Amino acid sequence: MSGALIVEAAGPAVTVQDFGRPGHLADGLSPGGAMDVVALHEGAALLGVAPGGAVIEMGGMGGRFRLTAPARVALTGAPMRATADGAGLRWNAVHALTEGAVLEVGGCLAGQYGYLSLGGGIATPEVMGSRSVHTRAGIGAPLRTGDQLELGPDPAMARVGLCLPDGDRFEGGVLRVLPSAQTRLYPPETGARFETTAFARAARGSRLGVALSGAGVGFALPDALSLLSEVTVAGDVQITGDGTPFLLLADCQTTGGYPRIACILPMDLPRAAQAAPGAALRFLFVDAGEALKLHRRWLRDLAALPERCAPLHRDPADMADLLSAQLISGVTDGAELS
Amino acid sequence: MSDPAPRIARLGLSGLLVSFADRLSDPANRAALALRAAVEAEAWPGVVETAPSLASLFVRVDPEVTDPAEIEDRLRTLATARDWTAAPLPAGRRLWRVPCAFGGTAGPQLAEAADLAGVSAEAAIAQLTAAPVRVLTLGFSPGQPYMGTLPETWDIPRQTELTREVPVGALVVAVRQLIIFTAPSPTGWRHIGQTGFRGFQPQSPTPILLRAGDEVQLIPVDPGALDGLDPPGGTSEALP
Repeated sequence: MSGALIVEAAGPAVTVQDFGRPGHLADGLSPGGAMDVVALHEGAALLGVAPGGAVIEMGGMGGRFRLTAPARVALTGAPMRATADGAGLRWNAVHALTEGAVLEVGGCLAGQYGYLSLGGGIATPEVMGSRSVHTRAGIGAPLRTGDQLELGPDPAMARVGLCLPDGDRFEGGVLRVLPSAQTRLYPPETGARFETTAFARAARGSRLGVALSGAGVGFALPDALSLLSEVTVAGDVQITGDGTPFLLLADCQTTGGYPRIACILPMDLPRAAQAAPGAALRFLFVDAGEALKLHRRWLRDLAALPERCAPLHRDPADMADLLSAQLISGVTDGAELS
Repeated sequence: MSDPAPRIARLGLSGLLVSFADRLSDPANRAALALRAAVEAEAWPGVVETAPSLASLFVRVDPEVTDPAEIEDRLRTLATARDWTAAPLPAGRRLWRVPCAFGGTAGPQLAEAADLAGVSAEAAIAQLTAAPVRVLTLGFSPGQPYMGTLPETWDIPRQTELTREVPVGALVVAVRQLIIFTAPSPTGWRHIGQTGFRGFQPQSPTPILLRAGDEVQLIPVDPGALDGLDPPGGTSEALP
């Protein structure tokens, strides 16, 4: 019996996600999957399970969830305020929750996407090899009150009380890029201006992508409207008709006819996705050979995350958490001391 | 062709794009389909995905396995080894027969589209059903075919205003191509017919029915004939 997670309330952009469905571009289906894959690796490292299981992605705000059986949870990605039966839960850590526990996750304190991973993973049916909800493609839907998600068996129930260092990808920053399909059509001075422009994440954004705003003139190509549609990928920096960049993200279309001035490296996609409206973003072209080195180092770092998990030091100020750890009753129970 | 040698561009860390033309061109689409089959047959280590578009081929490399620059070199050699626009279309393609009701409430913009093409509604139906059209690429939504290439006379523009929604199975036309929608959708293309075709069924063992390169023969029927259709609203057979 692995139990289930019952959704008592959920924000508007709470979905089940894993690493998505790569390999279907020819079918017209983009890979989708978690907007911040680093958070999935962190959740798996904290839980001591293989990365790739399905988790709950919480865009902007979380929800209230009830467990029908004991379960371990890891909270990663954009930090959010979280409690279990009213007791505060440290973010970027793994916790044991009891049967019937009610987990409440509030709004983002920084960033855009928080993640709730469970020890046994979420066992919703797979569609085309993945459990990722891809609303635009017509696969699944955001979670709603009353939904009940079956959980898989937890292989490491005893592994709790661990945390990872806080991430630094929730406030925008520099996005490293390589050329994309139309970069060659831009004069070098436009490419240079693209790198020196201080962009900000605009209000418009979703799992498909986010719009940027920036000071100064745009980056439109004179003949952009006559471009023939070609494959687009997550990370492409598409220049829309008004000359402003639009970053394509997980659920983007598979083809597009807008020019693409650059393509963000996979390692910086979580930073792009986590940038909240108003966050400052810049672009930096890197050499292809350097990009490959950086990418491979990033993959090694992700694989090494389990070794970075450290024991969770309890914050004495967090009284409710202390109570849940039964330290107070341990001190006052005289019978146990004799 | 204005640009006989295919152009190869890197697309981010792991993508390569081989373009055969800068505008819609039937030979360029055939070249993309033929080169795709050849790349798949090479089975180079590290190539994890190929996807043809209207006039280009996308190749995705796993950069953990192979430096994409190596695949770029191999791809350049293969892409320039012959005239791919003259290559035969790949094996394994299929012919689909799809019943379609034209005009009336099933295709409210048939007369308008025919007018733009300079023919009568009857002649339009005859032209669009005279021979199979090829699936040039799938895109926009999962399994959604862009089919053609239609004769020059069908180089009609998209509408400036979007139609708020056409139903799943709708047949629309613009810029020498036909689309059968796989989900209800807004569109700037003109809605000329209705099929019972369901090109994407996520719960099915074969969720995506069509493949780029398949041929689709539209068969004109009365609207009532669509009601009795068995899923998926069309039949297929292997092409020789």
